[in-house]
Amino acid sequence: MDPLIIAGRTFHSRLLVGTGKFASNQAMVAAMEHSGSEIVTVALRRVDIDNPEDSLLSHIDPERYLLLPNTSGARDADEAIRLARLARAAGCEPWIKLEVTPDPYYLLPDPIETLKAAEILVKEGFVVLPYMPADPVLAKRLQEVGTATVMPLGAPIGTNRGLRTRDHIAIIIEQASVPVIVDAGLGAPSHAAEAMEMGADAVLVNTALADTADPAAMGRAFRKGVEAGREAYLAGLGPQRQRAEASSPLTGFLRND
Amino acid sequence: MRLKINGQLQNFAQELSISQLLEQLQLVPEQVVVELNREILTVDRHATTRLNDGDTLELIQFVGGG
Repeated sequence: MDPLIIAGRTFHSRLLVGTGKFASNQAMVAAMEHSGSEIVTVALRRVDIDNPEDSLLSHIDPERYLLLPNTSGARDADEAIRLARLARAAGCEPWIKLEVTPDPYYLLPDPIETLKAAEILVKEGFVVLPYMPADPVLAKRLQEVGTATVMPLGAPIGTNRGLRTRDHIAIIIEQASVPVIVDAGLGAPSHAAEAMEMGADAVLVNTALADTADPAAMGRAFRKGVEAGREAYLAGLGPQRQRAEASSPLTGFLRND
Repeated sequence: MRLKINGQLQNFAQELSISQLLEQLQLVPEQVVVELNREILTVDRHATTRLNDGDTLELIQFVGGG
């Protein structure tokens, strides 16, 4: 597949995967490996002092994957910035998936706080990948403050409902000067393929991989969906029509009328 | 000495550095990010930073997330 370039860095996979909600670390690693992904997201949380668990990072090969910490749990710009700084202090490269989701019911991103945080984090030298509502105007504003990508949502996080925001994502893709990564809500490889056919540069998937009996197989399935969609986009889809257009010759029929 | 760690008050008999606290809690310094009174402390400052009564600490780690 043609390479994906984000902030000057080249990737050969256009599928980003999240590491949340897997039944086991083994299942998570299997999904990551079979997906072919090179970028994996992680979250930051308080250590459970009474019950420390083994480190997630011991399961993720830093040679193979770029660790992309998110700011999940942040309700405003200040909380997101604090989490981003903590992630960088943990020794990560300064890449951050910016998420500001004050509403716990739909987890929809706050556009104003997201823009505010993005502007500050870019100035602090972060490579900012903002999770955002599928709003073309906001996408432009985020680009203008220097985000490395825009990440419009297909549907609310974890819903597996697919590209519910399709028309607005199409406008974002048309106008974007940075990679467009469709994030959240993609529940099936066909959803990923659809986003890629439209010209999205990449997709990010978590729940669909974690919420299945066979995360490795689903990782492979999404990989193929992404690759199929990308190849179709590069080849160029044929135009849609209202009326039939025969694929077989309309001459030489075995009849005389 | 009383410390507020991840929102919970805990008592400690003797004075501690960050390094000693992490050891006592059986945490691996490279796997934990320490925030002391809202200031991030990188690993190279763990040994030299003494904790004081009333300090507030956040001990943070990476977990699975999307």
